[in-house]
Amino acid sequence: MTKLKLSYVLLATTLISGNAVLAQDVTLTIESWRNDDLAIWQDQIIPAFEAQNPGIKVKFVPSAPTEYDAVLNSKLEAGSAGDLITCRPFDASLALFEAGHLADISGLEGMANFSPVAKSGWSTDDAATQFCVPMASVIHGFIYNKDAFAEVGVEVPATEAEFFAVLGKIKEDGNYTPMAMGTNDQWEAATMGYNNIGPNYWKGEEGRLALLAGDQKLTDEPWVAPYRQLAKWAPYLGDGYEAQTYPDSQNIFTLGRAAIYPAGSWEISGFNGLADFEMGAFYPPVAAAGDECYISDHTDIGIGMNTKSAHPEAAKAFLNWVGSPEFATLYANALPGFFPLSSAPITLDDPLAQEFISWRGKCHSSIRSTYQILSRGTPNLENETWNASVAVIKGEETPEDAGMRLQKGLASWYAPQQ
Amino acid sequence: MAPKPRPPRIKWHVIVFLAPAVLVYTAVMIYPLFNTLRLSLFTEVDQTRVFVGLQNFRTLFGDAFWSDHFWNALANNFWFFLIHMLVQNPVGIALAAILSHPKLRFASFYRSAIFIPTILSFVIVGFAWKLILSPIWGIAPGMLDAVGLKQLYAPWLGKQEYALTALSLVSVWQFVGIPMMLIYAALLSIPEGILEAAEVEGITGLSAFWKIKLPLILPSIGIISILTFVANFNAFDLIYAAQGALAGPDFSTDILGTFMYRTFFGFQLQLGDPHMGSTIASAMFAIILVGVCLYLFGIQRRMHRYQF
Repeated sequence: MTKLKLSYVLLATTLISGNAVLAQDVTLTIESWRNDDLAIWQDQIIPAFEAQNPGIKVKFVPSAPTEYDAVLNSKLEAGSAGDLITCRPFDASLALFEAGHLADISGLEGMANFSPVAKSGWSTDDAATQFCVPMASVIHGFIYNKDAFAEVGVEVPATEAEFFAVLGKIKEDGNYTPMAMGTNDQWEAATMGYNNIGPNYWKGEEGRLALLAGDQKLTDEPWVAPYRQLAKWAPYLGDGYEAQTYPDSQNIFTLGRAAIYPAGSWEISGFNGLADFEMGAFYPPVAAAGDECYISDHTDIGIGMNTKSAHPEAAKAFLNWVGSPEFATLYANALPGFFPLSSAPITLDDPLAQEFISWRGKCHSSIRSTYQILSRGTPNLENETWNASVAVIKGEETPEDAGMRLQKGLASWYAPQQ
Repeated sequence: MAPKPRPPRIKWHVIVFLAPAVLVYTAVMIYPLFNTLRLSLFTEVDQTRVFVGLQNFRTLFGDAFWSDHFWNALANNFWFFLIHMLVQNPVGIALAAILSHPKLRFASFYRSAIFIPTILSFVIVGFAWKLILSPIWGIAPGMLDAVGLKQLYAPWLGKQEYALTALSLVSVWQFVGIPMMLIYAALLSIPEGILEAAEVEGITGLSAFWKIKLPLILPSIGIISILTFVANFNAFDLIYAAQGALAGPDFSTDILGTFMYRTFFGFQLQLGDPHMGSTIASAMFAIILVGVCLYLFGIQRRMHRYQF
């Protein structure tokens, strides 16, 4: 009998000591859609954090980008989601915050390092509460093949007229497809087309906020003019661009078959590994020489904390570190093309990425026009913009009709536009 | 004294043997089906679920935006079905008739070769055909060029007027093996005696097919038609694999399945709406139910069955 009791006591002590060992090593799990970045997180970012914070282990568990939102939502509902959650910008994360899945982190010291535009992607509509730490933005522009430009004998265009002159010359030369973009997947036409060249017309934040307030309409000249330029792109896209997919366009450009690629900066690391020619970049050409330029510097990735996390203190420590200049430098150099939103100045080793980020000093930054609030209703303005951009490029809809259709859809549910 | 009639015994073995199938089927089919129908009567307001009766259906059919998309998807779905009925089934029957010809050599090789696409994944089929038809890397433009018909080539999957037809034909290519196999089996079950008797009467070759074999396989053709109908109105995978959830270009390949997926799970910035999604799923269920009932009561019952 006493023997039996003794063994219980022994068993109990082993259990307790086992727990104590576990309690020393807290493991945080990060949910993310960036499965491309798995190696970078595991080899560079996480070891740097773990070295400074002994006792906290971090695990990066990404899922496929297209499945992320559905997977994350079901995990959160079931209570099995990780401690740290990579945040999509705007409404997807706002919905998670309102449903009580993301914690309020306005008080975090690290948040002091970000500008209001950087925080706009992850705050409530009144900008009072933040629920994710901004991690990275992507900048739009055009990447070009320097060898092709030299061969054809053209210079980087600064104005719209020069841009079309360059496209015309490349087409005439015949060795290169002037511009690598297709309309099959639809989103490139809107993201790399409309929202890339658009800010120059609607003057970035000025026009975007006026649209939000209802002072401008999608039928106004600044919002229709980008479609007018898109309509002129078609002759310079490759044969059969209607069925050309996004990976097709990437391959055509990196194989050296096309001269210009309407791009987002996220392409940089992938292109660096594939292209064996020198690449340069230019920002969207302005209407007349000397005009102020505007770029789309879009908040793309943030990171927040699961309210049901078992280790809130450790999670906060990680988020604070994400807000630090140290993380910004580490992340930006590990992933050229994803630019930290932190206000701290950083330098990049990659020349192409450095070119993109240098535009922040020359041009005014803005975010994509359709992302904040305007894609909350049905019809969804972002998806409609994809559709309209494609229709305009193919010549199936005039720019004016596209503007009218989008305005009608937006006005059907968005009160300030009614 | 007559023995008292025993009370009817419960047939335990029937219950025990049926139980696994009934339980599994209830858990994975019947419960979700009724729950979907139930969900379509609710909506979400401020994080809580509210009962709204038939309001969702009123939105689906009454609101211009929703009803445009719904009718577009339904019309596309009918076109998708029509191509299968006009191409897949006649070609399947013709192949079966040829294969069942006793003098054909390598029949089993042809049979396997034609049937193999059926067992491929939609993702493989969608991706392979996307590459074949691609204007950039595809072999379709090259092959047409080799026979001097380059001008016939167009980027079909990217053109509004051709995309749905092209995808329907891809689907036909994938599934033509199914009607072929079913008809082939039906043809083999026709007794030799009947064909020989017909031959004695002077009915041979093609006219034997039209006058003897075809009437005898009509019930199988009926079953194939209804299977095609159900499969086509539930289709989703191929369109999603080839064109994505937006079913481009300009929704020209959007069918009920992709419309339901986009609404239910959300897409890009559009958040998922399980209640409107369930509403569309319920409408799909109703359409298929009506179609199957029309067939069962209108056609199946009038069909003659021959006993040998």
